[in-house]
Order: sequence, then structure tokens, then C-alpha cells
Amino acid sequence: MTSELPGSPVLKVEGVSLAFGGVRALSKVSLEAAEGTITAIIGPNGAGKTSLFNAISGFYRPAEGRILFEGRDISRLRPPARAKLGLARTFQNIALFRGMTVLDNIKLGRHAHLRTNVLDALFYWGRAQREELALRQEIEERIIDFLEIQHIRRAPVGALPYGLQKRVELARALAMRPKILMLDEPVAGMNREETEDMARFILDVKEEWGVTILMVEHDMGMVMDISDHVIVLNFGQVIAQGRPAEVQRDPAVVSAYLGSGDVGELSRRLHARQAA
Amino acid sequence: MRIATLKTSYAGDEALFDTKLQRSLLALFGLVLAVFPFVAGPYWLFMACLVAINVASATGLNILTGYTGLVSLGQAAFMGVGAYTVAILELRVGTPFPVNLLAAGATTALVGAVVGLPSLRVKGLYLAIATIGASVILHFVFANWSLTGEARGLSMPPARLFGNDLDQPFELYWVIVPITAAMILGAANLFRTRIGRAFIAIRDRDISAEVLGIPLLRYKLTSFAISSFYAGVAGGLWAYFFRVVTPESFPLINSIFYLAAIIVGGMGTILGGILGAAFMTMVPEVLKLVVGWFSPYFPDALAALAPIRTIVFGALIVGFLIFEPQGLAEIWARVRRFFHLWPFKT
Repeated sequence: MTSELPGSPVLKVEGVSLAFGGVRALSKVSLEAAEGTITAIIGPNGAGKTSLFNAISGFYRPAEGRILFEGRDISRLRPPARAKLGLARTFQNIALFRGMTVLDNIKLGRHAHLRTNVLDALFYWGRAQREELALRQEIEERIIDFLEIQHIRRAPVGALPYGLQKRVELARALAMRPKILMLDEPVAGMNREETEDMARFILDVKEEWGVTILMVEHDMGMVMDISDHVIVLNFGQVIAQGRPAEVQRDPAVVSAYLGSGDVGELSRRLHARQAA
Repeated sequence: MRIATLKTSYAGDEALFDTKLQRSLLALFGLVLAVFPFVAGPYWLFMACLVAINVASATGLNILTGYTGLVSLGQAAFMGVGAYTVAILELRVGTPFPVNLLAAGATTALVGAVVGLPSLRVKGLYLAIATIGASVILHFVFANWSLTGEARGLSMPPARLFGNDLDQPFELYWVIVPITAAMILGAANLFRTRIGRAFIAIRDRDISAEVLGIPLLRYKLTSFAISSFYAGVAGGLWAYFFRVVTPESFPLINSIFYLAAIIVGGMGTILGGILGAAFMTMVPEVLKLVVGWFSPYFPDALAALAPIRTIVFGALIVGFLIFEPQGLAEIWARVRRFFHLWPFKT
């Protein structure tokens, strides 16, 4: 599934550094997410993966470096403006609106693309009504149907099991008409079956929707199975990147994950797992 | 037991009142409201108008505090801005009353948006204190500006419609109640669209709202403006109802009254604002009535029971907070569930 010639980069991070007080969370991180691919960022806890995501979505302003989205420098844009351009993300600890129904949560994803103003809203006339009905239809027929969550559309999100909440968060991100979808640990805490479902949805989003995906994930099995490109972070630096199989063999990666020791032995263990 | 409701279009499913039963009950309630002035005495008409004004203001505060999660103790001062705007326009310009009411709403919306500026930085109790600060400033302006009649306040002529003075509760009822109904409908509509959803998103998780493309400051100020617009119109109606506006007309305690109303009614539900304001306005009166019934048997009951009435009222509020934190609207929701599920139980 890996193409040797990836498409042009949708997202390009150039030499981004980020520091909190004396702690350097990221130092000169550069990476690209090629159009129509799945790029995974892996690394031990505290490697700076989520900090990188927060820098890309605009919560942290990097001390140096640039972030380019479709060739345009977005480093100085606020998060809402980045969202409007087509940068969607989910969170590690689900960030849904717990009191709202699944349907309303998903509708919120489209916010930036709707035009209804306060006056339209108060009277619920013309534009407001047209937009709402078109949005409802699209959500029902494209997103809810696609993610197989018809049965819970009226349920308040807070009452749903964890795996379904993750799926609703994906649905909301899809409603944003994303060009790039950033998933922060999409299968963390899921059982095997839920993980497989989610992996299938992520692949389908790439194939059917043509959305570029950048994800942080700890589940190595899934990362190696579905990614086109893997980037390894450790202590805020990119220590390796390449196709999944290449990265797996990289001694620096093995030592970052398993500690230094007999690299050959550990590497063999990894291969054995991969073959299984 | 109701298993489901059948809908054949998305429009049907997105409707505000989506079942026949709901629509018939609403029509029935409308009919009761239309017949009410012809059967009720002046006292009850007076109370009905007062309830409607309070409902309009509480609904406005509910948009800000209940739905957007921004605690405000400035609602009474905002009503004051609306009331003074109406009085000044009546006395100095003489524009027709619907224009004055709209102007009151617009002026107050502007003031509200300015008062809301700190909301980007501060939340919760801190924002509440900031709004108290703003109301103190507004009261100072009311009491010292020559345009607002300083401490004496302003007395104004009644509203006029087609050459008739609207100076009796019976006449004003036909102005106040429909306007309040329209405002409630507007608030309900708001939460069917992206604007209302953005407010709720800000209340529930503001970081997540930003990632979805909701600029926080703009929406917080919009919420302040809409809420203040409601307060301004309610204040304008109040001015036409009482026709004397003084700096003491809208004390800080009234702001607390409205906050209590939406808490008792149910924060973040349209029904909550209505039920809460009606409850808070009517219960003291009903208690007064009950005390009145006892007076023939206990000649000095009136003197003895007056303080008890206040205590009972306070105890009722505390009771609600403890036993029904979701407010009166939740009781109504439970009643509906009961009938939907009958003969089964939840």
C-alpha cells in the first residue's frame, strides 16, 4: 500500500521548536504529511507527540520554525482560523460536548462552514432553515451511515461507552470537511474488536474521502498495519522516519522503545511479533 | 406507551414541536392566554404582565448563563438601561413604542457587549464580580446623569397605539405577552442553529470549541449582546408597565432574582427560564394569598405570617437546589417520560 512517490505535502512542519520554561518539548522538528496518506507519529511517553499536535492546531506558538498548510504559512493563525482551512483533530482524552446529543456534536463540526447569522437564527427563516436541513441530511447520509452510529444519534454523548465516543469524535471531525485529519491516539484504551473497527474507519476515510491523516498512536500493531509513513519522536526530536518496516528495524527506534541492550535480540523479537 | 414517532422528512424531525400532541397542547395554552384577560381580574392581569416581563428577562439571562456558561449579575442593570432608553425616547423624541422597544434592546445589547469584554479572560465567580462592577457603574450613571433625571428618575407617558393610551394591565397584556412569546420562540430557534450550538460548546469545553472553528471572544460577546437585548426589551416593557423609572427600580437584588429564577427553573433549557421566572414571581404572591385565607381565624395572622412567608419562600429555593438541581424543567421532563412509558416505569 505504500507508494514510492508520495503526493505533495498537505502539511509541512519546518524546524519547529517549543519550550515550556526550561523544558524543551520540541526541538527543530520537521516533518511532512503527504496528500492522501496516513502518517503516524510514534514515540515513548513524553516524547512531545501531543505538544506537536497542539502546535499544529494552534494552541502553542512555536518559539521557532514554521507550519505550512497547503503551502501557506499558518504559524500565526488562531485555532478557529486553522479549523476553517480544513485542519481537523481529535483529542487523546475525548473532547466531546457531553451534555449534547451525538447529532448536535456532529453538527458542531460544520460550524465554520455555515453562514447563518444571529438574525437568521432567531427567526429560523430562509438561510438558517436551509442550512440546517442540508446539514442534517448530509450528516445522516454520509457520516452517521458511514460510521455506523445510527442507533445512538439521539443519545447524550456522556452516556455512551468509550469506543463509541471515540467514533463520535471522528464523526465530528469529518463534519468539518477536513483536508487533513489529526487523530490523537484514536484507539487508546480500546479492545481488539474496537481497534479493528477504528482502523477500518481510518483506512476508509483515507480511501473514500481522500483525507490525509496524521495520527499519534501507541498501538504498534495498528500503526504498522495501516500507516504509509511513520515518524518517531523521542525527547522532542525526530529520531527516525520512513516506511513502517524500515522504522521497525531502526536501532535508534528499538533502543528508544526498549532501552539499549542487545539490539539484535530485541530486533529479532520485534520481527517475530510482526510475522505472527 | 409511545414507541416512536414517525417522521418522513428531515424537516419534520428538526421541527421545534415535532408531535401532534405537543402542537395541540401549545395551541391550547395559546388559547388560555388569549382568553385569560377576559376572565381574570385586574390583580391577576397585573401579575400576568409582571410574570411575562420577568420571563423575557430570565430567558435572556438563560442564554448567557445557562447556555453559554457565563455567570452574570448584571441583568437588572441591563434592564435599567432598556427602561431608561424607552423613557428618554418617549420624553425627548416621542417615537412610537415598538421603535422605542427595539432601540432599548439595541442600546442594551451594545452596553452588554462592552460589559462582556472581560469574559475572554475571566470566568465563573470572577466574571460575576466583573458584572457586579459594571452594574455599580451603570447605577451611578443612572443616579447622576441629567439625561436620566438623576436621583428623581423619569416619569413617562403611556405607550400609544392608534391614538389609544395603553395604560391599563388589560391593554398592556396584549403588548407584553405576545412580545415575550416571540422572544421565547427566538431563543428556542437560536439553539437549533450553529449560533446556539456554539454557545453550548463554549460552555461545555471551550478548547474543543476553538478547534472546531468557533472564535471564543466573538461568540461570548454575541451571547452577552443577545442576552442584554432580551434584558433591554424586558426593561422597556417594564418602563411602559410602571411608567416611572428611578435608579432604585433595578437594584442588584433583582439580578440575583433572575439568576435564582433560571437555577430554580433549570439552566440551559428554554422551559427552565419560563418556569423559573413564573415560579419566583408567583410564589410570594400565592403565599400572601394563603396567609390571607388564615386571617379570619387568626386576627393577627397577617403581622405574624408575613415574615414566615419570606422564610417559606427562601426554604423553597433551598429545597429546589437540594432535591431538584436540574430545576423545574426536569420535573416536567420526568412527567412527560412517565406518560410516554406508561404503563411501564422507568
